Amino acid sequence: MSDLRPSLDTPDVAAAEEVVAAEATATGVRTQRRSPAAMAVRRFKRNKVAVAGGVFLLIILVLALFAPLIAQQSPTAVDLGQIRRPPSGEHWLGTDASGRDVFARLLYAARVSLLVGVFAALVSVLLGTVIGAVAGLFGGWVDTLLMRTADMVLSFPPIVVIIVLAGLLGPSIPILIIAIAATTWPTPARLVRGVTLTVREREYLHAARVAGASRGWLLRKHIVPAAMGQIVVVGTLLVAQAILAEAVLSFLGLGVQPPQASWGNMLNDAQSLTVIQSMPWLWLPPGLAIAATVLAVNFVGDGLRDAVDPRQSGRS
Amino acid sequence: MTAFVVRRILVNIIVFILIGIGVFLLVRAAPGDPVRMMIRPEDLQEGSEAFIQGRREELGLNDPILVQYARWFLDALTGDLGSSFISRQPVSGLLAERLGPTILLMSTALGISLLIAIPLGTVAAIRRNTSVDYAAAALSLGVISIPSFFLGIVAIYVFSLQLGWLPSSGMSTPGGGGGTDVLQHLIMPAAILGLAGAGPLTRYVRGSLIDELSADYVRTAEAKGGSPARVVTRHALRNSLIPLITIIMINIPQMLAGAVVLEQVFAWPGMGQLAVRAVTQQDYPVIVGFALYVAALVLICNLIADIAYAIVDPRVKVS
Repeated sequence: MSDLRPSLDTPDVAAAEEVVAAEATATGVRTQRRSPAAMAVRRFKRNKVAVAGGVFLLIILVLALFAPLIAQQSPTAVDLGQIRRPPSGEHWLGTDASGRDVFARLLYAARVSLLVGVFAALVSVLLGTVIGAVAGLFGGWVDTLLMRTADMVLSFPPIVVIIVLAGLLGPSIPILIIAIAATTWPTPARLVRGVTLTVREREYLHAARVAGASRGWLLRKHIVPAAMGQIVVVGTLLVAQAILAEAVLSFLGLGVQPPQASWGNMLNDAQSLTVIQSMPWLWLPPGLAIAATVLAVNFVGDGLRDAVDPRQSGRS
Repeated sequence: MTAFVVRRILVNIIVFILIGIGVFLLVRAAPGDPVRMMIRPEDLQEGSEAFIQGRREELGLNDPILVQYARWFLDALTGDLGSSFISRQPVSGLLAERLGPTILLMSTALGISLLIAIPLGTVAAIRRNTSVDYAAAALSLGVISIPSFFLGIVAIYVFSLQLGWLPSSGMSTPGGGGGTDVLQHLIMPAAILGLAGAGPLTRYVRGSLIDELSADYVRTAEAKGGSPARVVTRHALRNSLIPLITIIMINIPQMLAGAVVLEQVFAWPGMGQLAVRAVTQQDYPVIVGFALYVAALVLICNLIADIAYAIVDPRVKVS
């Protein structure tokens, strides 16, 4: 679905300048040579929205990493004398139904939500890369079978499949990560297959094959490096999807289980009208945290896509 | 054409059978013994191991797995999906009575998303890089970033609890009723679901119309003196919306996922609410029934999408 995502910025002009610069480099007009990666970084830095998203994510990451230093309270310490207290000097964001500090839970939840998001995206990209490369390298019925399966998996809504899997196998963080990866691998797989098909016919690949390179070698040394830029883009957008999936599943009570906090299961309390009405400090902070983080990841992903391949810009 | 349709139907039937096998194996791999699940905890004390073994034998749980699968599959084919572990009612009946509310919610949401997407996508395509175009882009990015259940909670807070305009849960007021009552309950979940669906649809309408506007026949229409409005509505827009049925069919399963979650937020008595409850209670027969319903829906949508696309673009059949 990544091709449906819009970019709010218009980096076309900047991108065009870069292409000119690249051509100039190639023809030797400029003496200073830049690698494609360095050029992508330059293009990314010019995209203000994407950089802002990246900075925001860094802040969230630091808050999550240093949660024990920042939060004065424990995220799991139950205090039945202090149930559902509004925000105060002692509890910055109040306390929840078990008297736990909401601010501390919000910070520790960031760890779980980011961890699930990043790991699920990693597993999905690894799985997709291998499947896509195998389909592209082997061709024939292997290719047909794998890509038909990919189409089929892609047509099922991930959330529903994950609900069924979590229901049958029991909710836990590993199941959540596996279920997200199992429903999202077709996107990177299609991408890597496409790159494999183009790279396969290049002379350097023929040369490598003649020299006796195995398929594993071709995958590691030629296909993955060729697809790396786009893999990073797809991987980033998958992180956004995975964070959302974790939030939805935990909200429904099928993901991360209490007492461990995740942004999704903090919203689980907000299924009661009394909580929604009179205790907004319980549901507003985690909800905003999810929306802002996913938005930031999507900004970074779109920025990366424009930086890696200017021709594939979201604006047509 | 007939050969193409028949082949697609056969492929989908095979896939459905494969999904059935997958779900069946997953249930068998799932923790917990179905016999123990079916016995009320208070009866379990008396129920000795011998009794449980007897029940296992009676239910055929000791037969080879292939025999069990064949029996389960044949039962499922005749509409017998077993009974709920919790309520002991037949699963097919439970699902059937929840199908109506879910269809009502999803079709209203689909209508809303088309009402948003077609005008917005059209204006965004004609006035590219203007504020309308950016608003359309922001909408698509917003709806894939903000979880719909959070939007639902915010909507309940604003429209039900602060303003008191709309009911917050259920499908009708107990005792009261009538069409307007259901409509009032329907507005919020359908609007949020429709908004979520409008994002990708707007992108599609915009992209497709931009492609059409650069076509030769558009220039011809303009050269013949057609007003810009006429050229867009009578020529370009019509052509750009031809594959819309395919796009809608592809989006319906995604919309179902949104409905499952929003039904939970708004206590809408649909299939999603039933499924989530079944999952938290480990009510396997209901989960399996729901999974098969969803699989059937997805495959039927795919099939309609394929056939509609083949009618529009006859080249598809050849490949």
